[in-house]
Amino acid sequence: MAEKILMKGNEAIAYGAIDCGCDGYFGYPITPQSEVMETLMKVQPWETTGMVVLQAESETSSINMVYGGACCGKKVMTSSSSPGISLMCEGLSYIAGAELPCVVVNVMRGGPGLGTIQPSQGDYFQAVKGGGHGDYHPIVLAPASAQDMYDFVGEAFELAFKYRNPAMILGDGVIGQMMEKVEIRPAKPRRTDEEIRALCDSWATIGNKGRHGNTITSLALDPQVQENFNIKLQKKYAEIEANEVRYSTYMTDDAEYLIVAFGCMSRIGEKVVELAREEGIKLGLLRPITLYPFPKKEIDALVPQLKNILSLELNAGQMVEDIRLIVNGRIPVNFYGRQGGMIPDPEEILEVFKKTM
Amino acid sequence: MDINEIIKPENKVYGKTPILKDNILHYCPGCSHGVVHKIIAEVIEEMGIQDKTIGISPVGCSVFAYNYLDIDWQQAAHGRAPALATATKRLMPDKYVFTYQGDGDLASIGTAEVMHACNRGENIVIIFINNAIYGMTGGQMAPTTLLGQVTATTPYGRKAELNGYPLKITELIAQLEGTCYVTRQSVQNPAAVRKTKKAIRKAFENSMMKKGTSFVEVVSTCNSGWKVTPVQANKWMEENMFPFYPLGDMKDR
Amino acid sequence: MATQGAIVVDKERCKGCGVCVVNCPTEAIALSHEVNGKGYNFLSLVNPEKCIGCANCATVCPDSVITVYRVKI
Repeated sequence: MAEKILMKGNEAIAYGAIDCGCDGYFGYPITPQSEVMETLMKVQPWETTGMVVLQAESETSSINMVYGGACCGKKVMTSSSSPGISLMCEGLSYIAGAELPCVVVNVMRGGPGLGTIQPSQGDYFQAVKGGGHGDYHPIVLAPASAQDMYDFVGEAFELAFKYRNPAMILGDGVIGQMMEKVEIRPAKPRRTDEEIRALCDSWATIGNKGRHGNTITSLALDPQVQENFNIKLQKKYAEIEANEVRYSTYMTDDAEYLIVAFGCMSRIGEKVVELAREEGIKLGLLRPITLYPFPKKEIDALVPQLKNILSLELNAGQMVEDIRLIVNGRIPVNFYGRQGGMIPDPEEILEVFKKTM
Repeated sequence: MDINEIIKPENKVYGKTPILKDNILHYCPGCSHGVVHKIIAEVIEEMGIQDKTIGISPVGCSVFAYNYLDIDWQQAAHGRAPALATATKRLMPDKYVFTYQGDGDLASIGTAEVMHACNRGENIVIIFINNAIYGMTGGQMAPTTLLGQVTATTPYGRKAELNGYPLKITELIAQLEGTCYVTRQSVQNPAAVRKTKKAIRKAFENSMMKKGTSFVEVVSTCNSGWKVTPVQANKWMEENMFPFYPLGDMKDR
Repeated sequence: MATQGAIVVDKERCKGCGVCVVNCPTEAIALSHEVNGKGYNFLSLVNPEKCIGCANCATVCPDSVITVYRVKI
């Protein structure tokens, strides 16, 4: 039996990092995710796995430490919450432009501006569309439990290295703060210098032993060179979209109506489905686990059997736009959301939903 | 003695180090960057650390430093090189890690990163090129631009009321407990070049002795930005920059 | 002991900045009246008999275009 420990989602990120062989964490405190670094500092993984943990002077510096660490072929990560992620967007753009792997965790809070420290999903657009300048996407995973927070760190690193692209875990204050039992997996050792050289010597800055120097840059002044690079990047994203979509469904086989919700809202959505079913309404739920790539085909395949779709989000309506692009006017796509840290209860949502029937 | 008698491999006393690639430098004629690049390359060659050195280039004229030294390079976002260097050195403590930054990169947009890297005492080398002007963007005011100095954004000369004062960031950095070696040098003549080379070598050696951050400012010229000839630029630097940015070690422990 | 020197200039890489010329202690070098492919008046050893091989010119050269040779005489 694997060990199960009660912990916050944020703590699960910290343990997930240590147990997946993460080499370095660089962060800056911000509510509601400060427990990530606090846990790491308490556990002191540098004494056991050799993982580096450092409190930086800002989110800007954190993401650029991640950039430097990623240049070295190391598994490096940071975590923050919405305002901090805004500061990191410059670095994320560089990391995507330099084709480097890293993991960034966003435990979302409400905005805009300093906003609130309460939960939100208001950074959906920022996450899935890139956030920083230029044409890029991070791979975005949306956890819905503390277990997901733990598991997704390792999964995000695998995706990040597979595609040499930043991967983001887009959580929210609910998932970060709530306590749940988390099944702890056997720890994976950190990669050795030899393993990193075998895996990353063609691009990483690990010392030019037996070869000329590698340069990691996102700069190309020649327009044709830059366009070629952009085309290559888009090919990579097409590959990611073809291969890495993750989602789950709940009672969709016979569904006539569909809720689409991610993260904490998918859990509330499940309850709404159950309440609706009690009343004989054939409601189902689709939870995108990857927000980029978005489960386009999967939603598209359900459209013929559906009368409408409700996008359920903790924001003013962001994911709903992506769903409408897929549905393309065939059926109504409605939206319900709360903001500012307000979280709707299932009965409230069911009432809203019934009005759309 | 006939010149061809002298030009023989056994008589060679000075030439381009193989650490420098064959690429022609994109810098303007007489630019100090080329001399400092060469010095770093020579130090790397003499210490035998080519495959253990990671350079971090800035945004500014020297963004392309990676085209000239045959080592592994990271190209940082504007001002962030010390953050990249911090992670690189902490994750690979057996490597020599240096940043190469201009005055806009280090003393303006990257002030927080350089201060905190130095204050943490990261075991890295920071090479700071101070030519008191933004070269790459076309000669605008830098934080280190002297009072009265004409630039594209101070066309009537830098005025304290409008633009504040030139920033002696190296003096600030020397105050930080995390730094072990802070010095200001120049490269306008052979003696100055030799001193700068000694300073850079000491900085590289320090970085393996866990003594903290070594910071080498090189007061430099930007003859294109200053709109003078390279030779006049060196003279202008000696007459105007050196009185405000005096050369020498500020800290060595 | 006296020395005699000589330099070889990579003409095509020289940008004719002239920083070397003012740092030559013996006036052995000067910028050429000719220009290279880029249009620069490249460095030339105009008074070879004056060159002592001190390497001052090469030391200050930003473009590393000068190789210095020296013999004892």
